[in-house]
Amino acid sequence: MSETVEAPALPGDGLRQSIIEELRRRIGDGVVEHLLKPQDDLWIRVRADRWADTGRALRAMGFEYFCFLSAIDWKPSPFGRGEDDPTEPPPERTTEIRQGYAGGETRFQLLARVTDLRRHVGVTVKADVASGDEDGAGTFAVQSWHAIYAGANWHERETHEMYGIGFEGHPDLRNLYLPTDFEGYPLRKDFPLLARIVKPWPGIVDVEPMPSEEPADAEGAAIVAGEDSAAGAEAGPPGQGAAAPDAVERALGPAPTDAEETPVPAPSGAADTLRHGSPEAAPETATDTSTVTEETTESAPDHVTPADRAEASVARGAADTVVAEAAAPDVAPVAAAAAADVPEEPPAAIPTVAGTAEEVEAIAIAAAASSREADQAAAEQEAAGSPGAEATVGVASGVAGAAGADAVDIAEAAGPGAAESAEFESANVREAVASAESTPAPESASDADRDTGTESTEAGGSPS
Amino acid sequence: VTDLLSERQQLAYIAGQAADARLNLELETEGMTLNIGPQHPATHGTLRIIVRLDGEQVVWAEPSTGYMHRGYEKLTEVRTYPQINTLLNRIDWLGSFANEVPFILAAEKLMEVEAPPRAQYIRTILFELSRLANISLFLGDLGVQLGAVTPAFFAFRDREHVLNLIEAVTGSRFHPNYDRIGGLKEDLPKGFIEDCRAVMRKMRTYCDQIDDLLMGNEILQARTRGVGIIPREIALQYGLSGANLRASGVDWDLRRDQKIPMAWDKCDWKVWTHPDGDSFARSWVRLQETREATKIVDQLLDGLPPGPIMAKVPRIIKVPEGEAWVSTENPLGEMGYYLVSKGDLGPFRLKIRSASFNNISVASWVLRGVYVPDIVTILTSLYFILGDIDR
Repeated sequence: MSETVEAPALPGDGLRQSIIEELRRRIGDGVVEHLLKPQDDLWIRVRADRWADTGRALRAMGFEYFCFLSAIDWKPSPFGRGEDDPTEPPPERTTEIRQGYAGGETRFQLLARVTDLRRHVGVTVKADVASGDEDGAGTFAVQSWHAIYAGANWHERETHEMYGIGFEGHPDLRNLYLPTDFEGYPLRKDFPLLARIVKPWPGIVDVEPMPSEEPADAEGAAIVAGEDSAAGAEAGPPGQGAAAPDAVERALGPAPTDAEETPVPAPSGAADTLRHGSPEAAPETATDTSTVTEETTESAPDHVTPADRAEASVARGAADTVVAEAAAPDVAPVAAAAAADVPEEPPAAIPTVAGTAEEVEAIAIAAAASSREADQAAAEQEAAGSPGAEATVGVASGVAGAAGADAVDIAEAAGPGAAESAEFESANVREAVASAESTPAPESASDADRDTGTESTEAGGSPS
Repeated sequence: VTDLLSERQQLAYIAGQAADARLNLELETEGMTLNIGPQHPATHGTLRIIVRLDGEQVVWAEPSTGYMHRGYEKLTEVRTYPQINTLLNRIDWLGSFANEVPFILAAEKLMEVEAPPRAQYIRTILFELSRLANISLFLGDLGVQLGAVTPAFFAFRDREHVLNLIEAVTGSRFHPNYDRIGGLKEDLPKGFIEDCRAVMRKMRTYCDQIDDLLMGNEILQARTRGVGIIPREIALQYGLSGANLRASGVDWDLRRDQKIPMAWDKCDWKVWTHPDGDSFARSWVRLQETREATKIVDQLLDGLPPGPIMAKVPRIIKVPEGEAWVSTENPLGEMGYYLVSKGDLGPFRLKIRSASFNNISVASWVLRGVYVPDIVTILTSLYFILGDIDR
């Protein structure tokens, strides 16, 4: 069992350069071209008829770990991205085949990656696969890596069924995924994605204007708008979902390159109040405000002095403070911070927050207090399986949206289990309670570096 | 090869090699073909395994996949980068968030964008929470496959807390779609840190319980020790990854062993290995990893830096032309994406290298020579998710 954080020797470009040279030495003119992207990765293109030699050489050079094998069809798809308006004539598309890193000459390229675990370096190898004719209909095959890397078996089967590339010497090129009588090679670019042919991309036919605004024309092409609205609804940049008007404003903004504004670090002392920005989030806010993070306390703004907090907490209502102090004296500042947060919410949110926050606060403070108590006490509470403890933790862990009924569910679900756990805890109470972070026994047994494992695991099994 | 193996591994190796020859020779028995699946409780989905038996012994076995093939590699070619995230969530559905990360990192690599430190920390925290959600279920499931039902209830009980955390952050329990090119969708909700600490304590208790219930259990040890041994050489050749690789004595963890803009190097944790390579070792390593994950999360919560969670990225994402490979140590093993971009709104080609595909491809090797009841423990300990095989 090895120590971790020792920084591993990261592969340098010098190491990668030496790999190219060694491979050249081993397979000679088998290496056609290579690309060494500094501080990133290494691509080597080899001749297809030396494919097996390449595999053997790489394995002998220490690349023992087989990562994957696949292929690329470099021909641009005649169907584009499947987003054409079916009522329009199909647009002109380029048919130029342009290969990627390390160049290439053919439409199909093999792609494989192997890793050297000792030197912490991986290499991606490519090979041009010449097809019988330009359509890829001819038979074409390369040597199989199956005998070199056994794991290539399935990868070659997949590549065969998806691209139609054969592998000489492969024991069994049956289809892995598709039915046996399936015709065509699905991952070839000229294989249509039928779902898009039968039913056009909804983003193009259902272009809806943004709410309360005229259709976007700054971008001109409808395809961009459709694309964008779909993308925005699905996975827009942060803030777009929360503040719709803002998003509209930006969507209609003049320059598409206008960089997305990053969320400003919340000035209000709560670094994680992002979703409190909108009034809709108010109910959540109420729950959230209740449990106060250390973070909040730490990053409170300078102008809120402890004295201020104390005042605020007094102003929030004596009852809360009493609860907090009764629970644990040192929680008072935390409670104060919670209270101090509330006025900083957006004005619209205040009534809601104030309404529910007070109710939840009391519970939350209790929760915070209980979780802040010594670990031992907490563990014992759990061990005792007291419903109160479970309920509190339930509330604490049932964060946004999981309040109320959910919390009850959690508590109930945990009920029988807690009883069970009580047995365990009481059995182990001498050890386990000593610290809630009780490290597993195997760790102590792991001193002997890479011991037989039998010893260490048995030690783990019986913490006597 | 045999020089490198321990005695026990040699025996298993020889048993496997001999099984082929033995059919019909010893007792002049007839072989029998048995279908396990596609609907079988031991297979987590619709993996079908065809085994050829000689008496109780497996002579030949072949997983039959494709019952859940969704063609993600094709689908990604007609989608935009933000849309692809939702697909990737569904590859390994127990640790969904972890699927998003390597893809986002690959796109960021080509765009030469790096997420701000806070986003990297939160990504790492959620990544480890995904690991907890995923592996905690494995630990419970391990018991179920061997006839012990209690651990499964423990697993579902405690996994619930982790899912609640994930829901609190991302708004979704299973398919978060939370990672963005350049950062994250939102910041952490208020109160998350305290809740998360409490859950981590619970998860450690859960690990102790599983340790007592299962790992120390004589029946489990008898069923898993020395069963399904995968030697180091075989594990590497087949590209096994994650706990399956480390249980064969290979000290390799992509969280530690590569340079990647995530926060694992900011904390102190261990990579556990086990020299045996059997079903027990695989399960044991996973249990240790669950504990380590809670420690990683705790440390990251301590060091969580303030600041923005989103870098500056264009409003419409176009990834510059190029190719990038990024893989991470996901709950199931090495999950990587080979991204080929032509400068469009979506990728030109996205090769998805999922862990379970390689991990289960070794099944036909390792199942040779074992007995029927061991099939279940071996498949369980190899631990696969169907969506991660078929994609």
